[in-house]
Amino acid sequence: MTALLTRDLALAIRAGGGFGLGLAFFLIVTVMVPFAVGPVPELLARIAPGVLWLGALLACLLSLDRLLALDWEDGTLDLLATSPLPLEAALSIKALAHWITTGLPLVLISPVLGVLMNLPGPGFVWLVVSLALGTPALSVIGTFGAALTVGVKRGGLLMSLLVLPLYVPTLIFGAEVARRGAQGMDPTTPLLMLAGITAGVVALMPLASAAALRVNLR
Amino acid sequence: MTLTIRDLCVARGGLPVLEGVSFSLEHGQALILRGPNGSGKTTLLRTLAGLQPPLSGAITGAQDRIAYAAHSDGLKAMLSVTENLRFWAAVFGQRDITPAVESFALAPLQDRLAGTLSAGQKRRLGLARLLVTGRPIWVLDEPTVSLDREAVAMFAQAVRAHLASGGSALIATHIDLGLEAATLDVARHRATSQTRAGATDEAFL
Repeated sequence: MTALLTRDLALAIRAGGGFGLGLAFFLIVTVMVPFAVGPVPELLARIAPGVLWLGALLACLLSLDRLLALDWEDGTLDLLATSPLPLEAALSIKALAHWITTGLPLVLISPVLGVLMNLPGPGFVWLVVSLALGTPALSVIGTFGAALTVGVKRGGLLMSLLVLPLYVPTLIFGAEVARRGAQGMDPTTPLLMLAGITAGVVALMPLASAAALRVNLR
Repeated sequence: MTLTIRDLCVARGGLPVLEGVSFSLEHGQALILRGPNGSGKTTLLRTLAGLQPPLSGAITGAQDRIAYAAHSDGLKAMLSVTENLRFWAAVFGQRDITPAVESFALAPLQDRLAGTLSAGQKRRLGLARLLVTGRPIWVLDEPTVSLDREAVAMFAQAVRAHLASGGSALIATHIDLGLEAATLDVARHRATSQTRAGATDEAFL
């Protein structure tokens, strides 16, 4: 399992691995929003949590179609499926690798981009906390989408359509944590909901992903 | 434990392609599968490897004992030869990759990225992967594609060594490897139209 994780991380960082794609997208969205809505600090402060969360979510979505497609093309998935490693574990590891290369950088850079969006002072902590709690769910759900569409040529569109509805609860509660935090309200309830969604998804989704992938490998 | 196949019927895309396939493979034995293109050799091998369920029939002794090598080698272009082998060795819980490197004369290529290898060199690396799995039954789908004569000899030697150490091999190939092995012609087991008619529903699932 460690071998799979280190291999995926090495592949992401080496040339052509696509590391930084999500990060660059997130950066572009949040830099562009102030230009698009105009220089109104109060307005930016109000929409900041939502925009930052939406940017992070779309940035995650952007890199999903490479998650399994490359391993499918070169036959790695077939060989992994016949290896002693359970497919559930392999897909959990791949989701973890996706989170480390996509979700984690988004979490780390979000406070900087919060400044660009004029995010109110108390909101920074909650933005980082909500993204740190929510982005693992995005990676795990995304792995499920990738497993469903792995054999489909140019399956990116289909996958986005399948995955987006599943992302909605995470987006609602994640953005709500950040919004309440930014407005100085108590974010406990949405925070617990977000944590619950992530815990449930991390525990159960790999089973669904593996089942979908087994059908696709036939 | 012997690999035993009894009255196996395998399907591709919901349509049965082979039926009534029965054989057993003892330690130290190899079996060569022959048959024209599209006759179902790959489907049979994928079923044995556990990648798809059979329509009917029984496979015993295959669970977690098969090392499968398909048309694609599962290599990462941006990883070096050693890194590729180390990865698969780790996945299969093995450590030593030296025998694999030596058997397929990969030592001079060890630090090259797999993406920069020629087709035949990639194939050699893909076959070397079999040695790091430590699995007793090799299931090989046209292993000699793009290999030159020298590399085919290397491969035949590796198979012989594997058989001598008590392993077994099931090889779908069109060329003569010079192995002392029984041959199974899958064309004789082609599914009849009757079986095909019985499975039409499956095609729409």
